[in-house]
Amino acid sequence: MKIDFFKEDHVLEELKHYLPSQTPLKDFIHHNSLHAFQDQTFFDGIFNASAIFGYHVTLELNEYRNLFKQGRINKQILEKTIIEYKGNANIQEWTDKLLTGTYDEHKEARIGIFRAYWKKCYNIDLNNKVQPLLFRVLCAYLDQGIAVSNFPVSEKGFLATLRLMEKNSFTSFFKSTRVKELFFNEAIQLKDLLSLLVGKEELFERYLFDQQFSHRGWSGMVATLETRPDSLFERRAINLRDLIHFELLLEMDALDRQFGQKWEPLGERSLPAFEEIFSEVKRSELQEVLMLFQDAFEWSYYDEVLGALLAEYKTANDERPNPSFQAVFCIDERECSLRRHLESTDKHCETFGAPGFFGVEFFFQPENGQFYEKLCPAPVTPGYLIKETNKKEKRKHDLLYEKHAHTLLGGLVYSLLAGWFSLVQLVLNLFRPKMSPAISDAFAHMGPASVLSIENTGADQRENGLQIGFTIEEMAQRVEAQLRNIGLIKNFAPLVYMVAHGSSSANNPHHGAHDCGACSGRPGSVNAKVFAFMANHKSVREILATKGIDIPESSFFVGALHDTAADEIGFFGLESLPESLLLQHKQNHIHFEEALDLNAQERSRRFASIDSKAPIKKIRNEIRKRSVSLFEPRPELGHGSNAMCIIGRRDISKNLFLDRRAFLNSYDYATDPTGQLLTNVIRPIGPVCGGINLEYYFSRIDNHKLGAGTKLPHNVMGLIGVSNSSDGDLRPGLPVQMIEVHDPVRLLVIVEQDPAIVLQTIQTSADMYQWYINEWVHLMVLNPADNHLYRFLKGAFTRFNPLSGKAPLLGNADELIHLGKEMQSFTIEDATQENLPVYALK
Amino acid sequence: MEQFLQYFIYIPLAGFLISVVQNKKHEKTLSAIAIATAGFQLVYLVWFLYQWFLIDFKILDIKQFTILKTPQFDFYVDFYFDITAAVFLTVGTILKFLVSVFSKFYIHREEGFKRYFNNIQLFFFGYTLVVVAGNFETLFVGWELVGITSFLLISFYRDRYLPVKNAMKVVSMYRLGDIFLILAMWLCHHLWHANISFFQMHETKEYLVVNEHHIVLATFIGCMIFLSASIKSAMFPFSSWVSRAMEGPSSSSAIFYGSLSINLGVFLLLRTYPFWEHLNVVRVLIALSGILTSLICNSIAKAQPTAKTQIAYSSITQIGLIFIEIALGFHTLALIHFAGNAFLRAYQILVSPSVLSYLIHHQLFKAPVLKKIVSNKWVNSLYILSIKEFDMDITHYRYLWKPFKLIGTFTTKIDTPFVRVIFWLLFILGIYVDINEESMNEVLIDSLVSIFSILSLLLILRSFTERASGKKAWNRVVASHLFIILSISLDNHIPIKYLLMYSGGIFFFGLLGYYALYRLSKLEDDISLDQYHGNGYEHPKIAIMFLIACLGLIGFPISPLYIGIDLMLTYIESHQYFLIVVIALSLLFIELSLLRIYIRLFCGQHKKAYHPIAFKSS
Repeated sequence: MKIDFFKEDHVLEELKHYLPSQTPLKDFIHHNSLHAFQDQTFFDGIFNASAIFGYHVTLELNEYRNLFKQGRINKQILEKTIIEYKGNANIQEWTDKLLTGTYDEHKEARIGIFRAYWKKCYNIDLNNKVQPLLFRVLCAYLDQGIAVSNFPVSEKGFLATLRLMEKNSFTSFFKSTRVKELFFNEAIQLKDLLSLLVGKEELFERYLFDQQFSHRGWSGMVATLETRPDSLFERRAINLRDLIHFELLLEMDALDRQFGQKWEPLGERSLPAFEEIFSEVKRSELQEVLMLFQDAFEWSYYDEVLGALLAEYKTANDERPNPSFQAVFCIDERECSLRRHLESTDKHCETFGAPGFFGVEFFFQPENGQFYEKLCPAPVTPGYLIKETNKKEKRKHDLLYEKHAHTLLGGLVYSLLAGWFSLVQLVLNLFRPKMSPAISDAFAHMGPASVLSIENTGADQRENGLQIGFTIEEMAQRVEAQLRNIGLIKNFAPLVYMVAHGSSSANNPHHGAHDCGACSGRPGSVNAKVFAFMANHKSVREILATKGIDIPESSFFVGALHDTAADEIGFFGLESLPESLLLQHKQNHIHFEEALDLNAQERSRRFASIDSKAPIKKIRNEIRKRSVSLFEPRPELGHGSNAMCIIGRRDISKNLFLDRRAFLNSYDYATDPTGQLLTNVIRPIGPVCGGINLEYYFSRIDNHKLGAGTKLPHNVMGLIGVSNSSDGDLRPGLPVQMIEVHDPVRLLVIVEQDPAIVLQTIQTSADMYQWYINEWVHLMVLNPADNHLYRFLKGAFTRFNPLSGKAPLLGNADELIHLGKEMQSFTIEDATQENLPVYALK
Repeated sequence: MEQFLQYFIYIPLAGFLISVVQNKKHEKTLSAIAIATAGFQLVYLVWFLYQWFLIDFKILDIKQFTILKTPQFDFYVDFYFDITAAVFLTVGTILKFLVSVFSKFYIHREEGFKRYFNNIQLFFFGYTLVVVAGNFETLFVGWELVGITSFLLISFYRDRYLPVKNAMKVVSMYRLGDIFLILAMWLCHHLWHANISFFQMHETKEYLVVNEHHIVLATFIGCMIFLSASIKSAMFPFSSWVSRAMEGPSSSSAIFYGSLSINLGVFLLLRTYPFWEHLNVVRVLIALSGILTSLICNSIAKAQPTAKTQIAYSSITQIGLIFIEIALGFHTLALIHFAGNAFLRAYQILVSPSVLSYLIHHQLFKAPVLKKIVSNKWVNSLYILSIKEFDMDITHYRYLWKPFKLIGTFTTKIDTPFVRVIFWLLFILGIYVDINEESMNEVLIDSLVSIFSILSLLLILRSFTERASGKKAWNRVVASHLFIILSISLDNHIPIKYLLMYSGGIFFFGLLGYYALYRLSKLEDDISLDQYHGNGYEHPKIAIMFLIACLGLIGFPISPLYIGIDLMLTYIESHQYFLIVVIALSLLFIELSLLRIYIRLFCGQHKKAYHPIAFKSS
């Protein structure tokens, strides 16, 4: 009986599962770089990934040892960790192993071993022969608008298009006539090609894994575009099968070219035995050591925070009967410092945190826009469309980016005339950087005074299957849910600001990674404006009143956008503000500006080009210039250093200095005795915050394989990604300039609620539970009933007593800018010394 | 006024030397030096141009100093200044200044900050030297500096595979261009029976007389210059190296391949224009190559789907037009075109990462009308060829390098102890014959000369294809050098002191390199050349020592070999075409073989994977 070893569909699914799933760069959605291993526990998953694909998944041993010497891995915590994993009896043995043991740290990956035998047996480097052409054709096919004359498209898919092209031309992609015939034979399947190339059917899967992972960037992009064709504006019909088909043909062509047809399939050669790719991975002692170190490193930081949190903990809220204003920010950890400064400049204001799409999910179509942009978390598929009209701002052009510059005659005119102009441009940008059309401007995402189609007034208002705007009922639902989630259901201030965020940066293909993660990597300005409109709507308020949320007529919601790179803020819809509130707003605006000054000053301590001791207005100006400077590869540091997520009242973290390391999600346990709201609050935390955290973790640990390397040599490929060099593979992940200050620790989620309720909540969905039970994020509960911490471990909550106590007191905000040491190098011991410990504020 | 020319050289040289001795951690100092060097040069240039304006832009020439003088050969440094030099110097200095300011922030905290600035400084020195050079010898020094700094900046990210591989590709093309220039210099020397300055070339009478008598020789020289220029300026079919060269930080790509380095071919043509002006064959060649390049590269540029390769090919397209302008004699236009193109492309490369947000934005508002598949076979063929960059890379490999590799592989097969003994016996025989030259048969000497030159070529090809051992490859380079000396000195009376100078250089750098390899082999067992080892990660000092030894043996201007090689060549007589070609080939492969050993042992992915290492596809 013949056994069917190779099941094509199954293998393709497996490949797609393990390949990187980063979408084209215009939407930057953070996700766990090792998402394929998330069904295993964290350490099992990462060590398996390491053995199979050769990734580095923890720091190097000597790096941990140096951190230990520096005291950043706490001795007591290390002991505690060893006891936890290895028991009290073995503490000395393991301490010795950790601190002085010698190990061979060399890593061999399983991937690629089989296919490498082409080189060993035939002395031919197939990658070198095949990849340059393969990438070029693929990139040209997918190109979204770099090439002056595009790849002639057909809807039939990649392979069919290539066949058509080849049929209609005198030249060919191949040299071998045999391969040409195979190419035109539409009955040929992957299996047939693999039989010719590999021979043994049981090796087919292995071969395809080796082959596709020799360029995981491009393969991952194709796999992603196959499942999510909508992530390109100009869709391209493509699938992994076509890519593999073409690549196998190119490989055969290269072999035929070199050896005629005198070569035998690789699998037929007698090769030494090699491990199955997914066979069991044995945990080595070195890995145990690294695991203990990593765990101790994480808890050394968490313990301080938890100790400080507990010491400051009060179950009752501070009395604030008449808040001067309220501001709802994104949970983004970059807003953590701005909120702190705002609260210090106006002691009577209140701030909240909520995922930055503010619970309103829709597609957005800017005026004259030909496509829709999604403005909500990536997994959500909205059914609504918001259209922009009456945009006042004209779209500006920059001559030097136009395509004519690249043609024969256009180039001639450009060189003779625009050459000197480009010189002037360069001089101006070097010495007087300012906003220009080629710089991604967070505020340009939506015209501040444009009209948005927020309200749906008739069932016929639909477009391409989407409903234009929301009905009153739908608005009320969303406003209610949002306000309840963050616990803002009474005591409304006269002005409630919905502050979205975005980021302006120049010369930065990864700009999307700095925008709002909850808005699919875009600025959240539209969401803020839409939410404010809804909450101000009279009929909406009437419905809300019936549900117990009484927003007084004197209260007004205002949308705003904070530019996290430039530290600028803009407000929307002020024209409809009543006269009396306008005055108040002006007052508040002053506080916002002061807070932004302080925020800029705090951020500046990490930027070598800015003197943090300079006058504060000057610093603010320098920060603004950074975001529009072509020569600045670090307009901001993004989510670098993120480490925690606090879900609870603002009061529990208000008195702590957390160094912009905490996502802050407002949630009031008192308004949610049954945990009904918590499900919605906690659901996005894994994919959004956990995704961000793990992408930073892996890009930091192995920037070469899981990150994008340094930005400086990047070449933009077809507007979908970046690569090194003109023949290189796409580089998914984060560039080194974004992750250098990041301490690779997993996210610690802290929830203020009864542990039983939290347990019940996270178990409501298997996907959500996986994050916690498999320890890809840590979970801790602060129980208001008994003022104790409980740690979630192996499916249950157990009491946790931090070793640390109250955090040292930070005198004033100025002090902190002098505390961090300036980093000297990229190495972890050096680079992250700038990260400050937790402090208590007055 | 002429006396002031030399300071254009001293300023960048001083800048480089000061930069070299800085601590690599002092980013601010390093970038300040680079900015100050260019800034100072710029101020000096403005003052100089004003003075020059006062004397009505008179062409300046000065024989600055003599390095070595023999009866046949006067090796001297000469400076020359005319409107071409003025434009190239101005554009170069402005761009160097701006890129230094740009890089101060851009390269911040990059591994190799100092290496980057040192290279940029050295490049600036080389570029300036080329531009103000008054004779081929001086120009060639700068030319070599530009070549080697290109190599070092392309392989700036030396721990990855592609930059290293592509650096080798580019330097191979560069070196090929150098060889044509060497041949041109050698022919010039025989044409004038002396080495001649550009100023003398400019003095019309002298060369006209010569030209009428030696029209074939002159045409030949013209062709050599043209070939050298078209490789440096990436004319078709050499164009593909530019997009391979975009491996370093964008800022270095901008000044090397966007603007300055790539235009040195243009400069060479303008500089030697008086020489080939009346040689119609050469003019037609230049114009044709310009036309062909601008048409083909335009088609390639339009099909490129990546930001930097698109700029590379659109820049080459314009340089093709500039070649046509030069051939037609429109030099002012050519200079304006050069300046505009250089500024534009440098800017475009610097801002190439912005293309993503600008064009995506553009696309959002203005969906492009996409071209459908057409049935016109010519259109499709052209498009497919353009995507494939007209298979230039494959063609270069197949026709330029592969034949030599085959010979090299063949020599590997016959490289047995027995053959090696014969080689050494032949060498001793050669020395014996050399000493007793008077008493020997002329036919014997002539054939020995040819045999030894071929042996030197075989040795170097053997080294070039060596896979097993770095040391073996190294030894064969040294041996190849020795056979070159022997073959040249056999039928000439070369004074012993020059022989000593040449062989002394070989001896010194040969030992230095051997010592580096010895140290390395003690630390790492495996120093084979069939893979990349990336030993620079663990042994950066040995890597630098070895690189210096390589540069020494290449005949880089830091080494007495540089003069030695030049000197030797002058002893090859004008009828010895065969000898000069074989020796030129040897010199070509000596450089390639040495750099190959360097990159295989010290660059590329580190073989010890205890730390993060890049994929081979990056």
